[in-house]
Amino acid sequence: MQTQIEIHTEPLNIQSCIDWVMSPDSGGIDVFIGTVRNATKGKTVLKLEFEAYNKMAINEINKISKQAFKQWPVQKVLVHHRTGTLQVGEIPVIIAVSAAHRDAAFEACRYIIDTLKQTVPIWKKEFFEDGEVWVAAHP
Amino acid sequence: MEINILAFGIAKDIFGASKVTIQLSDAATIAELKASLEERYPKLKQLASYMVAVNNEYAESNLVITERDEVAIIPPVSGG
Repeated sequence: MQTQIEIHTEPLNIQSCIDWVMSPDSGGIDVFIGTVRNATKGKTVLKLEFEAYNKMAINEINKISKQAFKQWPVQKVLVHHRTGTLQVGEIPVIIAVSAAHRDAAFEACRYIIDTLKQTVPIWKKEFFEDGEVWVAAHP
Repeated sequence: MEINILAFGIAKDIFGASKVTIQLSDAATIAELKASLEERYPKLKQLASYMVAVNNEYAESNLVITERDEVAIIPPVSGG
């Protein structure tokens, strides 16, 4: 049971994430890569800004990872998240999970990204041509 | 007692700062803290929701806070 959780201000490195979760007893690796989309509800997005409450975010991701290990027979879990300004196409998050068999890797990876979006104190602001908005802040 | 409050995301915009200090009676609860903040910053009430974290954990409304605690306002999260 190994976990690597990091919050970076510099671009994330996909290959190094995959390398870290790889192990001889793994039969597969599932990787989720979040990317900055160029539009929200038809409006052009110019860039995103991510902010994190770092200590608590790592704490919360740790809980999610522990829960994943409890629910599925996975071997390694990696979560890297970006903060700062990201342009369209850049990568805010990478989640990589290795397991002996693919079902566990797929399911744990999905659980981790879905739960991260609900509980981890990280925020994004979308910048449009006519203004900016903190995502999900208002009903 | 004086409580320092960290603010993130839209809460930082509402407070106009990443950290504010408020006066509360000793042994105040999270519910009292929220009431006091909402009086000073009514825009908090317009948020979809917001939580308070104490020492890096989400706090229930009946939790009692002290001056030594690290208190933060957590508006709706949107990571990933």
